[in-house]
Amino acid sequence: MRLSEYEQDMLSGKHGWPRQFGMDQIVKVGNFFDAEDCVEVAQVHLMADTESLGEDGVVFLEKLAGHPPEERAVKVPTVTDPRGIDFEHYKELGQSDRMADLERRAIDAFREMGVMMTDTCINYQTIMPPVLGEHLAFGDTGSSIYANSVQGARTNFQGGPSALASALTGRAPRYGFHLEEYRRGRKIFKVDHQPRDFADWGALGGVIGRQMESYWDVPVVELDVLHRRPTSDELKHFGAALASYGSTALFHMVGVTPEAFDGRVALVDAPETMGVIGTSDINAFIEAYWPQDDVVDVVVFAAPQLSLMEISEVADLLDGQQINEKVALIATVSPEVKTAADRMGVTAKIEGAGGMLLQGVCFYQMCAREIGEAKGWKRLLTNSAKLVNIIGGYGYEPVLASLECCVESAIQGRLVR
Amino acid sequence: MTRQGKENILKGHPGIGHTVRGEALVAHDNFSARYDLDRLKGRFSRPQHKLHGENYVDKILILNAAKGGVASAWMLKEMMSRDMGPKALVLNFANPIMAQGAAYADLPLLDRFEHDVTSAVGTGDIVEVNPAAGTLTIIERK
Repeated sequence: MRLSEYEQDMLSGKHGWPRQFGMDQIVKVGNFFDAEDCVEVAQVHLMADTESLGEDGVVFLEKLAGHPPEERAVKVPTVTDPRGIDFEHYKELGQSDRMADLERRAIDAFREMGVMMTDTCINYQTIMPPVLGEHLAFGDTGSSIYANSVQGARTNFQGGPSALASALTGRAPRYGFHLEEYRRGRKIFKVDHQPRDFADWGALGGVIGRQMESYWDVPVVELDVLHRRPTSDELKHFGAALASYGSTALFHMVGVTPEAFDGRVALVDAPETMGVIGTSDINAFIEAYWPQDDVVDVVVFAAPQLSLMEISEVADLLDGQQINEKVALIATVSPEVKTAADRMGVTAKIEGAGGMLLQGVCFYQMCAREIGEAKGWKRLLTNSAKLVNIIGGYGYEPVLASLECCVESAIQGRLVR
Repeated sequence: MTRQGKENILKGHPGIGHTVRGEALVAHDNFSARYDLDRLKGRFSRPQHKLHGENYVDKILILNAAKGGVASAWMLKEMMSRDMGPKALVLNFANPIMAQGAAYADLPLLDRFEHDVTSAVGTGDIVEVNPAAGTLTIIERK
């Protein structure tokens, strides 16, 4: 890779070990993907939940944080993805004091580095929305695909160590979706279906995601947006599921996303036209997760964290109702949305019905296996296709349904269609 | 190239990490540390995965493509710190997360072969992964 004098100095250790670690990580990854040089990034979104970090990762963060301020401070605004512990609720979820202690140590280290603890995966909605053409280092698949696709910014998936490297250096290797040629559409999907709710949007993302062959596939989606345009929350669910099922970081939606807004989307020389996706495909996707019985242990609204609009919808459906004693209901939001929900009476409606509103966390980033074992939860109902895709590996039996079905099932104490 | 072919050196893109030799664990399926593994027990835990129930610790893991989220970037090193990681990761197509995780963990990683690597190597074969040369050599077939 071609490095500037400043980048070379960081790599040699002239600006301290933290920045040397950062440049070393950037050069290793850049060489792997044949990057010619670096881009300067405008902001960093850092995923580093303590389940992923473990003791080893937290010790690493503490080592970085132990350096002098001029060596450890982040170079660009750096915000965090959801954490693993909500300190007000961790004991009732069966999380241990050891997990909470690890969380405190990680937070302390990040604060020493000047990282802003926003604890959200919807930073593109709630913190500082990216702008067209801006180079970023975003570290959640959902935030990356939304920033790339809906906002027209430029980022690859920047997992924790690499996002941290970008934060410490202000740089990212220039490869993949930082480059025009990689942003061209490769697979064209026509959709003959109008998604009915968030679960449907997620299912559509899942159906397309399963047909992605690698990270480099870029789908172009054509559906009827003349009669009903998707909202930010709908695109959020679609993108999160597409990214999760497909390892996909960019999509173009004709007439919606900025690089396909006028119907002229840049394509590779020989794009592949895929089969038409219809209602039967979406229904089959959802149906495949439905069990024979009607048992439900826990209803989860998460992945991505809910917007103020989504959590208000949950709260309105629960208002004056009581969640069945056989079922737990959990919703996760960012600290900013939680503050608004408290102020607007949304939290009171959810808690009044017996639900739990967690802030700054996301369910699958909280050592979900240990929670499930501690609480005896197996059957998990959600309207998030992304969560359905993830949580099976944690020992749960996930079921995908609409937000209304999820709330009604929690009230009835059984799966309701 | 087929498993029955005589060619025992597979050429990929130069990778990350040092040369290692070990036993292959192979499937034409995809990979994410968070989605697919019980990292405490060292086994594949996603019921739908073709390696469900298999122990991956100290194996040279050979799979199709990186899938899923970003957590593997931290998790590969976390697993290795407990001696519960694979010995190397070999994919047809890595994504940035696997490259970042391998770089952070100093875990050997190879990808972008001329042919499907999962059909050229079998579970139990002894292979050598040389990231600097971008090669996978089949030392002994099971």
